[in-house]
Amino acid sequence: MNKNKSVGKYGEDRASEFLERNGYQVIDRNWRCNVGEIDIVARDSDCLVFAEVKTRTRVGFGHPFEAITSAKMQTMRKLVGEWCRAHQIASVQVRLDAISVLLTGGRVHIEHLKQVY
Amino acid sequence: MQLAKTYCVSLIGLAGTLIEVEADISSNLPGFTLVGLPDASLSEATARVRAATANSKMPLPNRKVTVNLSPAAVPKFGSIFDLAIAVSALAAAEKINDPEISETVYLGELGLDGSVRAINGVLPAVLAAKRHGFSRVVVPQANLAEATLVNDIECIGVSHLTQVLRMHGSEIDEIRVSERSRVSEPGGKQQTIDLADIQGQDSAVNAMVIAATGGHHLLMVGPPGVGKTMMAERMTTILPDLTLEQSLETTAIHSVARVRGQVGANLISRPPFESPHHTASASALVGGGVGVPSPGIISMSHNGILFLDEAPEFQSPALESLRQALESGTISIARSIGVARYPARFQLVMAANPCPCGMALTANRNCVCTAKAKLKYLNRLSGPLLDRVDIRIQVRNLNQAQISMAQQDSQCMTSAKAKEIVIAAREILKSRLVPLGYELVSHVPPTLLRSTLRPPKSVTAIIDSALQRGLVSMRGYDRCLRVALSIAAMDGRDEICSADLDQSFLLRGPDQLASAA
Repeated sequence: MNKNKSVGKYGEDRASEFLERNGYQVIDRNWRCNVGEIDIVARDSDCLVFAEVKTRTRVGFGHPFEAITSAKMQTMRKLVGEWCRAHQIASVQVRLDAISVLLTGGRVHIEHLKQVY
Repeated sequence: MQLAKTYCVSLIGLAGTLIEVEADISSNLPGFTLVGLPDASLSEATARVRAATANSKMPLPNRKVTVNLSPAAVPKFGSIFDLAIAVSALAAAEKINDPEISETVYLGELGLDGSVRAINGVLPAVLAAKRHGFSRVVVPQANLAEATLVNDIECIGVSHLTQVLRMHGSEIDEIRVSERSRVSEPGGKQQTIDLADIQGQDSAVNAMVIAATGGHHLLMVGPPGVGKTMMAERMTTILPDLTLEQSLETTAIHSVARVRGQVGANLISRPPFESPHHTASASALVGGGVGVPSPGIISMSHNGILFLDEAPEFQSPALESLRQALESGTISIARSIGVARYPARFQLVMAANPCPCGMALTANRNCVCTAKAKLKYLNRLSGPLLDRVDIRIQVRNLNQAQISMAQQDSQCMTSAKAKEIVIAAREILKSRLVPLGYELVSHVPPTLLRSTLRPPKSVTAIIDSALQRGLVSMRGYDRCLRVALSIAAMDGRDEICSADLDQSFLLRGPDQLASAA
């Protein structure tokens, strides 16, 4: 596992802990299909939350949120459909969230944006 | 405050519309959306604003910024909105917190480093802000001199975005921008020209003074080298200064026009003189261009002289395009983005050779043109256009005797003297015209000439018969009455006498120019 992947994995673990601390129930991690990958699927009361996590160790190339482009969000929308089909879930409220994990100076800084588009 | 609003001005022609610039910051993925009918160059404002704020050490938050330009139905273009968008977005991001920002109009383009750059059309934009009741406007430092030409509104010049933020209570360090050398003020070397430079052409000079008195359009036909161009150039020297209102109008047009760079600190107080080359296209003359039409030469010569040298050499569409402005004093240019209306009340002065070789009307050199070529040449000036020209004179070569007489004559007309005559005559005319709502004789509509201002029947007998015999058109008849009014006023009289009408009929020349050549 190269450095970037391990940073990403570490960030996703922190994000997932963060969600659970905030009362979310994480039900799937790193789900893949031929369209792409969903980082975290969680349940927030009766709403399904699909979260994209972006982790960075510095902001020289921009804030993590800036790396979540509109193309990435288009893919996420497709993935939501794929995930629901694969798990045979219909008529449920879904939400797309973005989570940024910033690892600077040994500290973990998490930001959570709900209902992004 | 997640929501903020400031104001800016959108210019179409000289008409400024007040634009509300609203900014909203929402918890969403970073992005900058500009809505409200921006054109391509305005859409680029998002990139400039993001970079300018970041480089002013005051970055926008990593959230979604939505800026709305309202009313959305008014087309908007150009970079004039940059500063207002930046201030509005930073206020929405709570980087500045001052209720004054929604009481102020911001005009200016931003550089990526946060510097505030000069824009075109500051004067009409500030006028529009004042008309909408604003008491404060922030403009680029480079345009401050122009903005302060407008009275009763506080103008603040800024050269960097940080200055604006500090003005609104931000503690940010001010970033200074190195001043580039500005555009030098136009008209650095002023040539002194005077009517006295013209020797011997007494009747032509007299016609010029009459034309200046009433604002009559003038055509001079004559062989090359007799001084037609020289006379036309001296036409502005005998016109009185512009009134404050006229200067503001003319300066505003020059401010909007993109060709001249910036307007200096001074109002244009002398009548402008524009002399386009004869290859000019119709849109160069009346205005046009990509997007919102910019003013053409005829608007640049508003309240001044438009001189067409070698008038028959102009393309006929270009010449015919002048007709609307000659009648109404304004020009409306319609494009897909909207209709721009510019004032264009100019005095037309045209010069023409009598034939292609130019030697007709000369005593000692023979014209080699065929009759057909001559006819074709002067007929390029169409009847409808010529009909609008009140004074059409022939300028002839002087012979040796006339030249030596002129040199001995110490009583020649100087510009100062002619200007005095013009100003005095205009005063006399004003007492009659101002109650009717007009300034110049040439602006008076024909209906008034034939009713209120009409001289008694006994005086008009000669042109009445000319009209009956078809020697003069109805419009030509009105024009004769007009010129006669100016001639009478130059003589210090209120009422036209028959001699004035005789002279005006003579100055009008034949309807068919070619028959004279």
